[in-house]
Amino acid sequence: MPSFSQLNLEELLNRASSGNLRAMGKVLSLLENPYEIPKNLLESLAKRSGNSQVIGITGIPGSGKSTLISRLITSLRRNGHKVAIVAIDPSSPISKGALLGDRLRMQEHATDPGVFIRSVSSKGLKGGLSLAALTMIEAFDAFGYDKIIIETVGVGQSEVDIMKAAHTIIVVTMPGAGDDIQALKAGVMEIGDIYVLNKEDKEESRKTYEYLLFALEKGDIGLSDSSWRPRLLKTSAIMGKGIDDLAISINDHYDHIKKTGRFFEKVISRRTLMMKLLAEQLLIENVEKIYDGMQDKLNAVARNADKIFIASIEIAKRVCSEIDNLDVN
Amino acid sequence: MLSPQYTKEKQYKVLVAKLGIDGHDRGAKVIARALRDFGFDVIYTGIRQTPEQIISAALQEDVDVIGISILSGSHIYHMKKLMEGLRSLGADDIPVVIGGTIPIIDVEELRRIGIREVFLPGESLRRIADVVRELAKEKREKESYRG
Amino acid sequence: MTYLYDKRSINEIKDSLERWEKEVLPVWLDRVPERSEGFTTLSDIPVKRLYTPYDIQDFDYNKKLGFPGTHPYTRGIHATMYRARLWTMRMFSGFGGPEETNKRLKFLIEHGETGLSLAFDYPTLLGIDPDDSMAQGEVGIVGVSVPTIEDMKIMFSGINMGEVTTNMTINPPAPVLLSFYVGTAEEQGVDYSRIGGTTQNDPLKEFIAQKSYVFPPEPAVRVGMDLIEWSVKNLPKWNPISISGYHIREAGSTAVQELAFTIADGIEYVRQLISRGLDVDDFASRLSFFWDSHINFFEEIAKFRAARRMWATIMKEWFNAKKSRSMWMRFHTQTAGVSLTAQQPWNNIIRTAIEAMAAVLGGTQSLHTNSFDEPFRVPSEFAAKIALRTQQIIAYESGIADTIDPLAGSYYVEWLTDEIENRAWDYIDRIERLGGMLEAVKKGYPQREVTEASYTYQRYVEEKKKYIVGVNIFEDREIDEIRNVPLLEYNQEEIERRQKERISKIRASRNLERWERSLSELRKAAEKDINIMPYILEAAKARATLGEIMNTLKEVFGTYVEPPIY
Repeated sequence: MPSFSQLNLEELLNRASSGNLRAMGKVLSLLENPYEIPKNLLESLAKRSGNSQVIGITGIPGSGKSTLISRLITSLRRNGHKVAIVAIDPSSPISKGALLGDRLRMQEHATDPGVFIRSVSSKGLKGGLSLAALTMIEAFDAFGYDKIIIETVGVGQSEVDIMKAAHTIIVVTMPGAGDDIQALKAGVMEIGDIYVLNKEDKEESRKTYEYLLFALEKGDIGLSDSSWRPRLLKTSAIMGKGIDDLAISINDHYDHIKKTGRFFEKVISRRTLMMKLLAEQLLIENVEKIYDGMQDKLNAVARNADKIFIASIEIAKRVCSEIDNLDVN
Repeated sequence: MLSPQYTKEKQYKVLVAKLGIDGHDRGAKVIARALRDFGFDVIYTGIRQTPEQIISAALQEDVDVIGISILSGSHIYHMKKLMEGLRSLGADDIPVVIGGTIPIIDVEELRRIGIREVFLPGESLRRIADVVRELAKEKREKESYRG
Repeated sequence: MTYLYDKRSINEIKDSLERWEKEVLPVWLDRVPERSEGFTTLSDIPVKRLYTPYDIQDFDYNKKLGFPGTHPYTRGIHATMYRARLWTMRMFSGFGGPEETNKRLKFLIEHGETGLSLAFDYPTLLGIDPDDSMAQGEVGIVGVSVPTIEDMKIMFSGINMGEVTTNMTINPPAPVLLSFYVGTAEEQGVDYSRIGGTTQNDPLKEFIAQKSYVFPPEPAVRVGMDLIEWSVKNLPKWNPISISGYHIREAGSTAVQELAFTIADGIEYVRQLISRGLDVDDFASRLSFFWDSHINFFEEIAKFRAARRMWATIMKEWFNAKKSRSMWMRFHTQTAGVSLTAQQPWNNIIRTAIEAMAAVLGGTQSLHTNSFDEPFRVPSEFAAKIALRTQQIIAYESGIADTIDPLAGSYYVEWLTDEIENRAWDYIDRIERLGGMLEAVKKGYPQREVTEASYTYQRYVEEKKKYIVGVNIFEDREIDEIRNVPLLEYNQEEIERRQKERISKIRASRNLERWERSLSELRKAAEKDINIMPYILEAAKARATLGEIMNTLKEVFGTYVEPPIY
């Protein structure tokens, strides 16, 4: 077998498409900066995608989300699905590097050829996170993973955007998490298709269950799709209870949106979002680059506060036209 | 003429893994954190990992370097399996380094089976980061499919 | 009130101290500046230039110290301490299979060891059999492989189990190993009343530090408490638990965290046992502790003294214990493995000696001294003998053991004892507010604190704020010195093969009906909240293997995977 470092892109893609882990891993890396690679690569991927169910799973910290996902993978695998997981790690954005540990709880699936886990760091440029996640969805979809799970902590605008791009939104909570549930409300709490009360063996579980049920019936939460009656399930991930029911609900939701046409609508809206994010990121990066390159001039203008606003706007306009003339390959 | 490829500094990615069944994760966690603070993206897979699990994680995450921590004395046995596994997948260009309670008499053997660097107890964090960066850079430079 | 100093004396001392600081000190500082701008202990407690009565001005002697064998036991739990009986010299040992370890145990007994302490290999520690795929390459390396009662019988052949006491460092599978031990003693004809020793059986610290957990926290604690309850009722000489700070410290905690988290673990266990309907005075005297003795000499001594005082207070005031034995903190100590260096390894003998002295000055009931070759491998006989001799020199030559608590009354040691105690109480308050240690562990609180402390310490070493001789000061790259350490040699592959062979023979020759029934009865007990100990003992006698028993329990309790905590 020739060394990987000698492959050209086409060969790399061919290998990835035939299920080679290393090649898939590499393609995903390339997709993190999509305009750095020839677009025909992207096209050949996109041509084959649009079929998989994208499942967004979010939940409050401590709700046992990762363990739940690990059990869900087992259940989905038993039913013959190929599962990809994009684990968006809530690591601190302060330091330059990132520590990604979310896959730790799913490592039992690492050697299953039907499971692919990829971590994404939530640090970095605005929108960069969502863009990477969206391009990865296209790739996993093309590679034949028919269930793609996106895991996030569900806070921050870009994570909410990703959730909205999913076909099926699952919100995981735990007993006694009233305050945390309130905090989530502004985020994705209200748009869940399936709500999971994990750790149902704990005390207070009944109270929280009733609270959630009431909120659902009142229409405080579960508002994503009027044609779907949102579900509330009880699980105990650690004991493996209720997981098969969750898998069934996921498939029920899939059948439902396939029938109503919402499935394809979601694919379209996800791709629209991708287009917008691509433009945004390209723009931001170029603005940064141009401004970085004229630090001296900016400093001079700033030092001499005379006509600072007029000068700023003039520079901004010039930068815009410079970007306009950019030859994006 | 502006290039659209806004050249950010490349982020190197490292896998830090505990191979074997010992639970001494102090060192692995300190290294994971230190590497993060030195600017790496670090994937940490936790304790009790088999060679197969580590290889899968390394390939799926497309890491530039694999860093192994073992304190159970079973390093030769496990590392042989890990290296064989990488080779059989054509992935032995991913550099592997190891640290832990390793007798000096085992260093040569580990080198012989392809481990790029053996960090003995007491190694400085900065040197570990420097070595890992060099290895990551070397690996990336060999890759040609980047556009 | 028994104040050491009256107000007038304190004021006079304060005045003369200020005079000294103004008139004498500056001249000296001018001539020879101090080595560092500030000194701290390993726990980052600032250490002043000088301690005087002024630092312990409100010291109430009877309240804070009392007398050996009296509340609050700061000076020692026995009235006579080492003048009557030296601490137990208990060397942690075990490697290979039961045959190799049997030989090592006899060697140590022959050289004056007074108690046995078994180190198990990783498969045994995790409750998996030698032929499990996870066990491959690990059998018999860091300790002895004991997957069946037959292995225990071989390990103790020729050793009278009614005469020795045995410490077993074992946690999730503790009920299984205790059953192997009890079953073997029974076959030797030893009555239950004479079976003595300790099972570590401290489930909470597994999640905080040692990481050889198997079950999730709640069932893990339940299994541990089952063992304690059964043992209190059946084995009067057995210490069913050794509440351990050692591993917490080795994982990178400070001395204060070690003290606080371990005592908080103890509090949780006492509550658990009381909630089972036990009377505190029926079990408290069976609880024992296990500390690390690190290299910062006075800090360790202060820690041991503070520990005894805190536990006595908790048992008396929180849990209304009546018997004095219930208030005793009896503890084993091990010198700090983590303080040993691979560089210039012979220096480790000196480190161990200093740490062992701290443990003795701190009033330990038993002591393990590390061998200098442990950064590389399980100790050789030669190295283990030096480690044992280190204790014997302290005991028989140094005179350290000839008077009780000789450092009491030292301004520094008393101040530091108070300071460590206060800082530990702060932690215990925080853990109480989280709902006790079981809840705190589930929330990852102590795990995060330890991880943070270990990283801070490593940065100090990196920045040379803390020195380690041969590592970041007085380094040399003298490789031969390391190469020439004579390491223990044994054929691991051969031992692994032999252990697998034995277990498959046992599986083939046992009474299948009894074996099957014992495991299904065990499962029922586990599901129903019935004490599982008698069922495990029966399964052990029915030649069920360690892995089979643990797998039965895993099916009921589930297995734990830790959340990512950095």
